[in-house]
Amino acid sequence: MLKIKSLVKRYGAGDPVLKDLNLEIEGDQVVSVIGSSGAGKSTLLRCINRLVEPTSGTVTLNGTDFTALGRHDLRIARRRVGMVFQSFNLIDRLTVMENVQSGRLGYISTWAALTRRYPKEDIRRAFELMERVGIAHYADKRADELSGGERQRVGVVRALMQQPEILLADEPTASLDPKTSEQIMMLLRDLASELKLPVIINIHNVHEAKEFSDRIVGMRYGRIIFDDLPKALTDEAMHDIYAGIPHADRQVEGEAA
Amino acid sequence: MTAVRDHWRKQPFIASPLLRYGLYAAVIVYIAVTVATLPIDWARVSQGLERAGRIFGGAFPPSFQRSGLLIDGFLESLKIALLATVGGVFLSIPIAFMAARNVAPLPIYYLGRGIIIVARSFHPVIVAIVFVKAVGFGPFAGVLTLVVYSIGFVAKLLAERIEEIDPGPVEAMKSAGAPFLSVLIYAVFPQIMQRQIGLSIYQLDSNLRASAVVGIVGAGGIGATLANAFGRYDYDFALAITMVIVGVILISEAISGAIRKRIA
Amino acid sequence: MEQPSLHEWSRYTPRQRFQRYAYFALATLVVAWALGSVNIVWAWVWDAPNQMGDLFSRMVPPDPANLDQILSALLDTVNLATIATALAVVLSLPVAYIAAQNTTPNAVTLWIGRFILVSSRSVNTIIWALLFVAIFGPGIVAGIVAIMFRSIGFLGKLLGEAIEEIDPKPVEALQACGASHFKVVLYAIVPQVMPTFFAVSILRWDINLRESTVLGLVGAGGIGVILQGAIDTFNWQEVSTVLIAIIVLVVAGEVVASYLRRKIL
Repeated sequence: MLKIKSLVKRYGAGDPVLKDLNLEIEGDQVVSVIGSSGAGKSTLLRCINRLVEPTSGTVTLNGTDFTALGRHDLRIARRRVGMVFQSFNLIDRLTVMENVQSGRLGYISTWAALTRRYPKEDIRRAFELMERVGIAHYADKRADELSGGERQRVGVVRALMQQPEILLADEPTASLDPKTSEQIMMLLRDLASELKLPVIINIHNVHEAKEFSDRIVGMRYGRIIFDDLPKALTDEAMHDIYAGIPHADRQVEGEAA
Repeated sequence: MTAVRDHWRKQPFIASPLLRYGLYAAVIVYIAVTVATLPIDWARVSQGLERAGRIFGGAFPPSFQRSGLLIDGFLESLKIALLATVGGVFLSIPIAFMAARNVAPLPIYYLGRGIIIVARSFHPVIVAIVFVKAVGFGPFAGVLTLVVYSIGFVAKLLAERIEEIDPGPVEAMKSAGAPFLSVLIYAVFPQIMQRQIGLSIYQLDSNLRASAVVGIVGAGGIGATLANAFGRYDYDFALAITMVIVGVILISEAISGAIRKRIA
Repeated sequence: MEQPSLHEWSRYTPRQRFQRYAYFALATLVVAWALGSVNIVWAWVWDAPNQMGDLFSRMVPPDPANLDQILSALLDTVNLATIATALAVVLSLPVAYIAAQNTTPNAVTLWIGRFILVSSRSVNTIIWALLFVAIFGPGIVAGIVAIMFRSIGFLGKLLGEAIEEIDPKPVEALQACGASHFKVVLYAIVPQVMPTFFAVSILRWDINLRESTVLGLVGAGGIGVILQGAIDTFNWQEVSTVLIAIIVLVVAGEVVASYLRRKIL
């Protein structure tokens, strides 16, 4: 269960990118976060595992307050949060297997990491997951030899290898063509239910968001203005999320979502 | 259900295990043999640290007392570098054309390439010694040395640039009936001019560094001052000279980088 | 505004032309100053072709009398260059790490790293050799240490730049996985700089091979010692043998270096 309370992120003296956000995610739902560019979707996700440092507020995952952790404990806690990126963020020159096993770097010994002698358990799980997403035959191939969709699958397996308690996906399909995009969204949805994993997905494509998620969160200029089932996303609500007068909205600070 | 694979090894860079382990063994043997047979006087080496202490003690603070000598030496190095760059760049242009596959006929190409290879293979210090023996001590030998040094660098890179030019303009000029020289001036030179200028400035900087060194073997410049200082155990003066050399190199590098950026 | 004449054309505006002439005049002035004030005995300049011809005639034919000594010194030279380069490569890694803006722990270490690199690069190998001959005495140790000191700056600068140019996205991903700092470097940074690492090391070995041939001239071991001896005794025919040996070594080194470069990259 993820609890975000009063999250604020401000860069310098300007307007906060995230304005007093509150969000709770329970169980194994697939939550899509939608909103125009600059709404703060990416910042929200990165504040959860503190790739971006929140200015104030708390992020609690299954009882652990991430915002209160020191460097060492934060590293250990990050193992519990899996992340999938828009640009896949793989290590191009390494093989798929090494990329996938890099998800376990928070668990394995330095020697094992150095010599690539991964624990049998990890190798077994890697092959199982790769088989499940359909890339097992690529284990020895260099990551940059794969297509976009295949690379994202590697990213997904890497995140799952952490045995995370929650999966964050930052625009996982923005760099993919429509067909592959749907495949990845379907994969995320199916994996969420198979592994009983809550998933938060940043996404531009509202149609895919409605089709593949259990819940939609709409953000605008750092605030959550919509939080409901996909079928409740009416045209009017869409308008509220994606259109609007920037200037007037940005002036108001501290209003609850 | 078939059991899932639970072992995996990364494909090593050298596939054949024989070759791989053979290589490891060869390296270990090489290291062992060389360290054992290198003519090292270990006693002298261990004294070295103590001596180093004495030398550094004597080197601080750096002495600028004989700054007149210093400035003379530096100016001479500067002049050597300037003249060598001018001469070297001028000579490099025809040699580069001689060494470009797309411009020169085959025998001339080989001659051009040969000249460049010989110019590059000998360290400037060796070239300096030969010139000193031929034309006497002093900056003349230094200039000749660095002219050769410049040719080795500038002509090579210029030849490569010439080989990479777009043949389109050349074709156009030729089909318009232009004589050889005009084709060169209108179709080739504009394409290589920028590279040429960049190389010349880089070489001036390079020659300035090298001129500090050829003096050590008698070819003029601040290197001679430095070698003298070392020879007379004037370590504080030597440090002063070295600091000046380093300072000049840094300034020259900064200026040359700035100019090249503005041209690009 | 006056109608520009359609029958006139010039490549440069009057102002540009003035600038070009000014630069040209400045350059000519500088060269004239250098030419005029440099300490050259012009009589010797005209005599130079004579002198060089004379020297050349005394160098042919090359005398192979001491060939075994020469070859043994040549081997020493190769070993000098190889071992010194290997050591320098290892030592340059931590220096490159702290000299790269994206991996250095703090501003102080960045400054220290940059300082080490700049001093190492700006002092020529021969000058380092002078220093180390004074410290360790004449011999191959001075040569090895001199080459090491110079190479660390060369390698460290290029490696540091390679580290600064890496794609930061894999770094972000591995941090999100909870990997320790060392493992992030190992998996996200090292593979990205590997090609540059090998290319630069091979290049420096090639350059060091050349540099090692002259270290003996200041007493730091290798074939330069034999060369100096031959020159001092005016044994020009042996000098040419040594020069030929050096050229063969350098060319062989270039062949090996380009072979390795093609194989690895």
